[in-house]
Amino acid sequence: MTISIDAAGKDFKTLGELVRAAGGDVEIKNCLGQRYLGAGARGKKITIQGVAGNALGAYLDGAEITVFGNAQEAVGDTMNRGLICIHGSSGDATGYAMRGGEIYVQGDAGYRAGIHMKAYGDQVPVLVIGGSAGSFLGEYQAGGVIVVLGIGCERRYPFNYFCGAGMHGGKIYVRCREVPSGLPEQVAARPAAEADLEEIRPYVRRYCGLFGADEAGLMAHPFYVLSPNTQNPYKQLYTSL
Amino acid sequence: MKREGEVRIPSGCAISGVFSRDGGAIGGEVMIRSIETMHGRSNGLGGGFAGYGIYPQYREYYAFHVFFDDAAAKEPFERFLERHFDVVNLSKIPTRKIPEIVGEPLIWRYFVQPLPTRLSASQLDEREYVVRCVTRINTEMEGAYVFSCGKNMGVFKAVGYPEDVGRFYRLDEYEGTCWTAHGRYPTNTPGWWGGAHPFSILDLSIVHNGEISSYDANRRFIEMFGYKCSLLTDTEVIAYLFDYLVRRQGLSLEETANVIAAPFWSTIEAKPKEERERLTYLRNVFSGLLITGPFSILVGFEGGMMALNDRLKLRSMVVGETESRVYMASEECAIRAVEPNLDRVWSPRGGEPVIVRRNGGEEL
Repeated sequence: MTISIDAAGKDFKTLGELVRAAGGDVEIKNCLGQRYLGAGARGKKITIQGVAGNALGAYLDGAEITVFGNAQEAVGDTMNRGLICIHGSSGDATGYAMRGGEIYVQGDAGYRAGIHMKAYGDQVPVLVIGGSAGSFLGEYQAGGVIVVLGIGCERRYPFNYFCGAGMHGGKIYVRCREVPSGLPEQVAARPAAEADLEEIRPYVRRYCGLFGADEAGLMAHPFYVLSPNTQNPYKQLYTSL
Repeated sequence: MKREGEVRIPSGCAISGVFSRDGGAIGGEVMIRSIETMHGRSNGLGGGFAGYGIYPQYREYYAFHVFFDDAAAKEPFERFLERHFDVVNLSKIPTRKIPEIVGEPLIWRYFVQPLPTRLSASQLDEREYVVRCVTRINTEMEGAYVFSCGKNMGVFKAVGYPEDVGRFYRLDEYEGTCWTAHGRYPTNTPGWWGGAHPFSILDLSIVHNGEISSYDANRRFIEMFGYKCSLLTDTEVIAYLFDYLVRRQGLSLEETANVIAAPFWSTIEAKPKEERERLTYLRNVFSGLLITGPFSILVGFEGGMMALNDRLKLRSMVVGETESRVYMASEECAIRAVEPNLDRVWSPRGGEPVIVRRNGGEEL
């Protein structure tokens, strides 16, 4: 059974408590920027109508969140497992430090999408952006998979400056016609091989299933893979040894 | 327990603004509802508003909004004012007693024009005359502080949550053509009435979310030109930078954005020749005015509004548009709260100014 909650006039704390108290699935109506929705949630589906506030699905641990509207900053901050699906665009730092689970954004993502993503063993986070990403895509990325489909993007690449700055793990797949140039020195770009495309096909399929796009059409277009440049690794550390 | 100013709390601040493209009236309660949506970004230590087009009956007069610590501070201020200005109207600014706002100073409003004899004897341009008088009051007169001195606009600010500050100043009784608002979460400096945003000089006002790493470098540069940073907070210096670059140096707002949020050298290098030379010139000539650290600001001015992020875009900013209005805010929810149906919602890039001006309005 799905419990319906009207978010109008409720602060984030009240709303969050109602979502946690609901035993089963939850539908939130009239959401207007309330933060931390679904934080740490597992074993339920949360559907949100409206604008989801900052840190949507932070530390998510298996729940499925669907937003009909835009999401603000830090979607899926440090999420562990589960699914976040945004029928709209998302703000800065989407997928911030995520370490598992999947995020699908139908439209654009802001600055620093996938910053600090990491992977361990079979925990491989996935962030799929349908439109374009802002600058610092995959900044300090340490693991996981970022896919930027660039749907509707008229620029040469579906991201902006400083893509992969500080990157030392993981992969960024971008759908564009020419090999991205002007990347930071520690990032290497190459055309996607068949094995690469097979790796992302399930994610593109899921994107198309969620938002109704054409999988064959998307996959027929060239993709490029950005990964850490092993010839020129990122050497800067946060602390001195 | 550590006291305010000794403890650092890394957090928000909220900004919001609304601009009427066609000059249609916007009630102050619109801005209150918008900023209230982001309540959690503030901590009750400061809130404020700037309203434009709110004094049409006195549009030719400078509207001075003044805080006095006590009645004793008012008398020397008024003597000074009468020596330098023709005062056509003065009154207490109407406020509403509410439990959320306490410890208020005396808050007065004066509509003034420079005395023609004093102005001509000073050999200064009228606006410079006003700025010098206000600077003198604010730095030399104990207990008196002019926090707003533009024409047909006014700043209203206090210690408290912004929605309470708006109710305290009865902003629901004002109509304007542009509003900006700020909810404060002071991280490094004290929360006090003078430190609340907006900061203004003449008709230019600033609300700011962020923390200026370059504050002292900017302060040292700007104080060479007669400005005094005395309000114990970083945002003040941004107002003076804009005044210096726009009013005194004649830069456009776009050029000013290229100075204070200059692109990285690597970004400039990749530009076409003419643009590269223009950006290089601005960065070199005004290197002391580059603002580093995270910021998102809204600049209000006569006939327009501007949004700007730091070049790394370390703070959020959303723009929402309809046919008749433009909204700019830290979060989309603050816009949707007052305008659910938007034609377009988007986020400006770091260092990319978004400037709106009224139909047929003159550029600043």
